[in-house]
Amino acid sequence: MPLFWLIMVVLGIAAIGFVLGRQRAFASAGGEIRDLHSLPSYYGWNVALKALVPAALLLIVWLIAQPLYVSSTVSATLPESAIPEGSTRGLVMAEVRRTSEGLENAVAEGLMDEGLARNARADFTDMTQRLKDAGQIVTAQITQPVLRAAQSFRVMNSTGYLYMAIAVIVVATIGFLFALRETHAEFRARNVVENGVRALLIGAASIAILTTIGIVLSLVFNTYEFFTLYPASEFFTSLTWAPSFSGRGGGSDLGIIPLLWGTLYISIVALAVAVPIGLFAAIYLSEYASNRVRAFAKPMLEVLAGIPTIVYGLFALLTVGPLLVSVFGDNGLGWMQSGTAVMTAGLVMGIMLIPFVSSLSDDIINSVPQAMRDGSYGLGATKSETIKQVVLPAALPGIVGAILLAASRAIGETMIVVLGAGAAAKLSLNPFEAMTTVTAKIVSQLTGDADFASPEALVAFALGMSLFVITLGLNVFALYIVRKYREQYE
Amino acid sequence: MTDMPMEPGRVKTSLTAADARTKRRNAAETRFKGYGIAAILVGITFLVVLAVSIIRSGVPAFTHTVMDVEFVVTQEEFDAAESELFKTQAYLQLFIGKLSTQLEEKGLEVEIDDAAIERLLGKVGSDIRDFYRENPDALGKPTRFELSASSRVDGYFNGRVTRETLVDSRFLELSDLELVDALFEAGIIKGAFNWNFITGADSGVDNPGGAGIGASVVGSFFMMLVVLCLSLPIGVAASIYLEEFAPKNRFTDLIEVNISNLAAVPSIVFGILGLAVFIQFMHLPQSAPLVGGLVLTLMTLPTIIISTRASLRAVPPSIRDAALGVGASKMQAVFHHVLPLAMPGILTGTIIGLAQALGETAPLLLIGMVGFVARGYPEGIVGGFTDPNSAMPAQIYTWASRADVAFYDKAWGGIIILLVFLLSMNILAIILRRRFERRW
Repeated sequence: MPLFWLIMVVLGIAAIGFVLGRQRAFASAGGEIRDLHSLPSYYGWNVALKALVPAALLLIVWLIAQPLYVSSTVSATLPESAIPEGSTRGLVMAEVRRTSEGLENAVAEGLMDEGLARNARADFTDMTQRLKDAGQIVTAQITQPVLRAAQSFRVMNSTGYLYMAIAVIVVATIGFLFALRETHAEFRARNVVENGVRALLIGAASIAILTTIGIVLSLVFNTYEFFTLYPASEFFTSLTWAPSFSGRGGGSDLGIIPLLWGTLYISIVALAVAVPIGLFAAIYLSEYASNRVRAFAKPMLEVLAGIPTIVYGLFALLTVGPLLVSVFGDNGLGWMQSGTAVMTAGLVMGIMLIPFVSSLSDDIINSVPQAMRDGSYGLGATKSETIKQVVLPAALPGIVGAILLAASRAIGETMIVVLGAGAAAKLSLNPFEAMTTVTAKIVSQLTGDADFASPEALVAFALGMSLFVITLGLNVFALYIVRKYREQYE
Repeated sequence: MTDMPMEPGRVKTSLTAADARTKRRNAAETRFKGYGIAAILVGITFLVVLAVSIIRSGVPAFTHTVMDVEFVVTQEEFDAAESELFKTQAYLQLFIGKLSTQLEEKGLEVEIDDAAIERLLGKVGSDIRDFYRENPDALGKPTRFELSASSRVDGYFNGRVTRETLVDSRFLELSDLELVDALFEAGIIKGAFNWNFITGADSGVDNPGGAGIGASVVGSFFMMLVVLCLSLPIGVAASIYLEEFAPKNRFTDLIEVNISNLAAVPSIVFGILGLAVFIQFMHLPQSAPLVGGLVLTLMTLPTIIISTRASLRAVPPSIRDAALGVGASKMQAVFHHVLPLAMPGILTGTIIGLAQALGETAPLLLIGMVGFVARGYPEGIVGGFTDPNSAMPAQIYTWASRADVAFYDKAWGGIIILLVFLLSMNILAIILRRRFERRW
């Protein structure tokens, strides 16, 4: 793995720089530490950082830029005739990439020598056969232009990585030498290093912004691409969800409404379970419970929040589903056909949400000033009357905020609905029927065999965009309410 | 409210005897308190039911039914089997032959039919073949094998398959159970601890008995390594900046808003981000723990930043003032004094963030880390990061979505292993907190 060794080399240069910088500073002060402007290690850090940081930045930029550059160059050399009817340039490029990987692996395993892999005149039928023998290729036959493109792709990549290694090491060495040259007793090493560290800290903090930008861009671009293939009006208004996996494009009904309905229905069931239980638990814990009960019950409820959602999903599929079928199924009331249903997923999701509602409400109820309770008791109200008529109204905005946060969790939850809610998109009112949600369909559309450029796969990004917007809106609204409330008492 | 007590018919009574209205109010009070207790009990009941069903359904995954047989394979038999076209089938027939002669010698009373024995066995042909190919010395000597029985026989012993529910199929017939019982009496069929479940890799859809979680544990481990190495330094650096250096301006507000929003973005959206940015755009290898680790890093960063900031804030300002007072720079005060004092809190928060990342499934499915990818252990350290692999929760999901119900046991067993990891991480966090926490 050359990249690994490249990183090791750069780290090595930085480590040597640290030692040499420190020594040089000492030497320039004649071994007298009091004559140095900064502590000796700052001189070392100065050299190490100047060797490391620019080289690392260059490495990251190069690693991102090179594949883009190589892909676009190779893609431009592909003649129009190389793209078969009904295919796209992107698909052919994927094929090129696979072939070049195949060549690379075949050379690595010694089944093909370097010369043959580069040979532009190589016979492509022979090449296909050799790659097949090496177990490297899945497609039936590589065509001449694809093979040529794959060869140039491979060569460009390997020369690119060679240049990258050289450039990175050169940059590291230049930084190293430059910093070593400026090292002398008068040099204000601490200030320089501290400014550098500060810049690194700002960079680390900006990753949050970069992540958001990344999310938004990846959603927006792919959603836009989806809407060029599939009309947006259909997506938002169609009442059926029926993706076809038979051919490429066409024949699919991709309406979001049935999915939104499923999401909403399951979330409502979940909240109907979680809100009463969570709220009463919070009231009991904050107003009635003794310290010992509280110290035991609160962590027990919070354990429910720490359990991975896959566990809840399996619990829904294998425990709750069959249980509900035995009560509401054909042998019981006859309302339920199979274990996966809105009720199953909603119930289990409700269990998962109990601690969200109870912890947040608990904090909010606790922050209602004691004076308000005392006033109520003074008028002769019982404890429950005080809670119902004084504490809860005062805490209401915060509790609503907590419920909204729980709702946004419910809408974004994936594993429970993938395993517990079923796969059929239906617009139905029966909670014992299988329905599906936005998140479950994102998983199924992106993990299936659908080709990545087809509307059937791209719709997942449009669904993700809708999900992102809805949950973000709910969160912002909830935080707004919570914050507004908090200002009243503090 | 002055006109309220004007109810007709309300007579003043003694203080010691409660009147009807007081009784009603007291009853409402008791009821209300009862609702609260009920809510807590329901919550705890859910937890207990969850725990019981995990343990009850998961334990069978750790045992399997084996056929404990000792027999001899001669060099000639080995060569004959190797020359066949379907080699594992040849070994299977060889084994069945040996077993039936042994059973006849023991004088078992049930009828023994080769096809029935074949139905009882798992994928033993390849096991025997692999053993003799690796240990050619063992040829001709009596060797003791513990060969796994088929998943249906497993199910018969742990109660999943019963005589009442069994439907005759090519996998198992009702009459075979007589043979199973007889073999069990004879001590040939017995239960054993299933090491393969802990150390093995995923198997094909037709071989639930051979499925193990080991390879995906390794995948999860490498992923957590990436998450730890990236999210701890980045999270700590970002928190230090925001808590200690950031001026109050638009840019800082922007970062703060972004962090609090990212903490609430559904995890599947991070999966979409990983798919679009790391795989589509940067062409990093699909299904690689490296990519999974990057996605989970972005997902856990907000959690880690929020908890790190809380522990930095908990360090009293007098520490900073004292450091500044003896001539330290702001940077020195933070890195030499505040950060070490906040470290236990930071580590606790990081461990909890890692535990959260370890249990996350949805984003991994989108970047291709599904269970059936984990067919073997990765080669070497670099391979651990870049070879296609799965992770524990994704492996559990794959098992749960397979048609064969025998995989459900494996899924529950996988959950037990996952929860053991999570539990030990959380206990470690609690110990760290107890041991090093300082109250100022």
